[in-house]
Amino acid sequence: MSTESFLLMRHEIILTVILLLVLVAEIFSKNKMIVFYVATGLFLVHTVTGFIPQQEGFLFGKMYHTNELLHFVKNVLNVGVLIILLQSSGYIKEKLVPGHKSSEFVMLIFASLLGMYFMISSGNFLMFYMGLELSALPIAALVAFETMKRRSAEAGIKFILLAALASGTSLFGVSLLYASTGTVYFQEMAALLSYSSLSITGFIFFFAGIAFKISLVPFHFWTADVYEGAPIGITSYLSVISKGAAVTILTIILFTVMQTFQEVIHILLYIVALATMFIGNLFALRQKNMKRFLAFSSIAQAGFILLGLMANDQLGISTVVYFITIYVFTNLAAFGVIQAISLKTGKEDMEDYTGLYRTNPRLSLVMMLALFSLAGIPPVAGFFGKFFLFTAAASKGYYLLVFLAVVNVTISLYYYLLVIRAIFLRKSENPIPFFKSDLMMKIGLLITVIGVLLIGLYSPVYQYIFDLSKL
Amino acid sequence: MDILTLFLIVPVITILVLFFAKNLQQARVIALIGMFVQFLMSFHLVYAYFQERKTNQDLMVFQRDFVWFEQFNIHYIIGVDGISVAMIVLSSIVVLAGVFISWKMEELPKEFFISLIVLATGVFGFFISLDLFTMFVFYEIAVIPMYLLIGIWGSGPKEYSAMKLTLMLMGASAVLLVGILGIYFNSNADGGALTFNILEIAKVNIPVEAQKLFFPLTFIGFAVLGALFPFHTWSPDGHASAPTAVSMLHAGVLMKLGGYGVFRVAMYLLPEGSMLWANFFIVLAVIGVFYGALAAIHQTDLKYINAYSSVSHLGMVLFALLMLNKTAWTGAILQSLSHGFMTALFFALIGMIYERTHTRDVKKLGGLLKVIPFISVMYVIAGLASLGLPGFSGFMAEMQIFVGAFQHPDMFHRIATIITVSAIVITAVYILRVVGMMLMGPVKNEEYNTLPQATWYEKTGVLLLLIPITFMGVVPFWITEMVRESIQPFIERLL
Repeated sequence: MSTESFLLMRHEIILTVILLLVLVAEIFSKNKMIVFYVATGLFLVHTVTGFIPQQEGFLFGKMYHTNELLHFVKNVLNVGVLIILLQSSGYIKEKLVPGHKSSEFVMLIFASLLGMYFMISSGNFLMFYMGLELSALPIAALVAFETMKRRSAEAGIKFILLAALASGTSLFGVSLLYASTGTVYFQEMAALLSYSSLSITGFIFFFAGIAFKISLVPFHFWTADVYEGAPIGITSYLSVISKGAAVTILTIILFTVMQTFQEVIHILLYIVALATMFIGNLFALRQKNMKRFLAFSSIAQAGFILLGLMANDQLGISTVVYFITIYVFTNLAAFGVIQAISLKTGKEDMEDYTGLYRTNPRLSLVMMLALFSLAGIPPVAGFFGKFFLFTAAASKGYYLLVFLAVVNVTISLYYYLLVIRAIFLRKSENPIPFFKSDLMMKIGLLITVIGVLLIGLYSPVYQYIFDLSKL
Repeated sequence: MDILTLFLIVPVITILVLFFAKNLQQARVIALIGMFVQFLMSFHLVYAYFQERKTNQDLMVFQRDFVWFEQFNIHYIIGVDGISVAMIVLSSIVVLAGVFISWKMEELPKEFFISLIVLATGVFGFFISLDLFTMFVFYEIAVIPMYLLIGIWGSGPKEYSAMKLTLMLMGASAVLLVGILGIYFNSNADGGALTFNILEIAKVNIPVEAQKLFFPLTFIGFAVLGALFPFHTWSPDGHASAPTAVSMLHAGVLMKLGGYGVFRVAMYLLPEGSMLWANFFIVLAVIGVFYGALAAIHQTDLKYINAYSSVSHLGMVLFALLMLNKTAWTGAILQSLSHGFMTALFFALIGMIYERTHTRDVKKLGGLLKVIPFISVMYVIAGLASLGLPGFSGFMAEMQIFVGAFQHPDMFHRIATIITVSAIVITAVYILRVVGMMLMGPVKNEEYNTLPQATWYEKTGVLLLLIPITFMGVVPFWITEMVRESIQPFIERLL
């Protein structure tokens, strides 16, 4: 194996090095905050250098596969993690450094991200499974990071049990697929798969495992509790990074390996998409806690993503990846505001946000942009993301599904407006007082705002993704 | 810089500058300057339009075309014909008058003017777009600020009304979205590329089956904004709770997007669909006209009276559009314009009365003509224009609608027309009743004797709206010509 072929896994190698450096720094450094700044700095360099273009290629006898699209998705995940690190700096400084847990926090995030890389770059189901586990286990530790808090510990247990169950289910599905084809390699399996009840059962079990990661209905039960219990940085990580990576690998497997089952896939996606949108939206209506609220909203958003998967061509892939890109910025903007407020005041309920605009106008505006983007209102990016997903579904003639999806958009608008109502319309006797966030939080929010404003209006972004979207 | 894009750039710059405003004084001056420039530009546009028309016989003039999302063939295409020019003039006048009327907006003034101008940006963008996607984007931009405008600065059950209005209009836009996608994916029926360009799609023969399916979606999507019965319920509540300037913009401009969209998109692109569905929607439109007028009689709140009267008048616009002939369509466009100025004037006056007396209940008011003569006289004039008195804009609009409607010889259309005509009588009832109770007679409340007179900014706002009403009534030929000429190519699509 030559050096050049090693460069194909640039992302993985650099991240591993950073991870080890943080470990060494943790051992030798007394000031833990500096370790965090160094880690963030190194990760920033990694994120920036990640944008150097990458060729397509295979490694390890086609177990590992990368191309421009996967490279782009990894970059998006990097940007997301970078924003999360920036937004978490205050939290780490105030809550984690005194308990000497700051470096673990960073290392676990990096380890999980490494798992995501391997998962989306897998060319083989075993590699896929390894990546899935590597990404899930550190998250379980992170969710339960505030061990002294009961909710956090409970969330951690819930997550690890259900994640284990889900990956077990997925693995069982893979074993059935192996039984019917005799291979675990994506490319070979694609050629060998035929319509048999064994292979279809295998596919459905496999799908169930992934559906857990994306929190599709009926595998969504963990979402709200885990989102609520976990530290906010981790909640945002779960809702964007974890979901984004899982959607990407699902797209790849559906469009390359499982093409034989196209009809089954369409029926399955149709039903799951409808159930996910309706249940996510209807449950979101009554939430009082902002994290739970965004948990259900993110379930509903996953339902919208499935509409893009209905089109099994370049259009479908590009709209899905485009939506994920937008979603990373949008959701991180929303979670960033929640994080900032929670850190300064400890308040996380929608009630507490009443009259926020009159004391903290800037944070309120960021929140408004994020919510409008989630609701799909122009000119912010979320509108374009959703419109294109719907276009993808309509291109295959699924007008009824699109219609039901837009009904859901209207339902979702209602609860996003409830937050807007609390922040802008109402006045509070006891509002959240004016406060200033730290510099890193400000930068983190600023990046998300720029993303939310520009990714939609600036059309070359979509064109770029479309050109990459070849599998 | 091309002349149409300026209509978007000026408001956007105004909004950006407004972010730096520190108090009411600065905010209103900035808003006024921005919208005054817009106002002058709209008159320059009329002049430029007539100059251009002499040499250019295209359907749309001042066209510009920029590729936006290449993959979907989404372009930023703009262009205007006589109808859009008239609508732009209407919008710029109403917005300017709205700024004058909001001169004393004490609460969060900067945010108020920003939201108001965002709404205006959406409206202008909608009227100049020739691309379904761009049009849809502007439609939503125009609707969403209403939530904040009503919710923050409104009165009464404002949160409820704001939510109802936003959800109903956004729900409508959701239906519209499916319609637009349906049109888009059928725009290659003749073998060309998929496109959102209205002018291109008009050249394609979309299969009748698809037209039948997507016409009602597109029609309803737009017509909800034009208060189509039974989807009109957002409108009275929204009007009643909104602050004065917002009611003006809402009834005067925003609701016009509905009729304009029906005409420009649903009927132009899906002609066979519109012929198939016309009778069904005529029934709804007639119910709207009649029901709106009857409901107005029973109201005692001035704003509700006007809101229901808007439902009735805009029902007439939809009714005229569904008649599918040139005379009726000219009437429909003129009715849109006339109603825009008239209702804006009404709401401005109601706002002034409310600000002085702190009530909008007709029963509690009385004898205002003696106390605040300027406002009262204007109210009478607006009322007379509204009930279609010759010499004002309403008369020539309604006249053409009914002449057009009577060109259909069959029984169904005759009956529909007769019912609609009779609604005019009811209009006279509720207008004159209000004038009688509120303006004439003895002064009911001692405190009313000391009511302040109209201030300079109020008078300016009112006159801005009154002049076009009389102008359209007395010298209608220019505007009628401009509109009729532009309707010709649209009517040809139907034959």
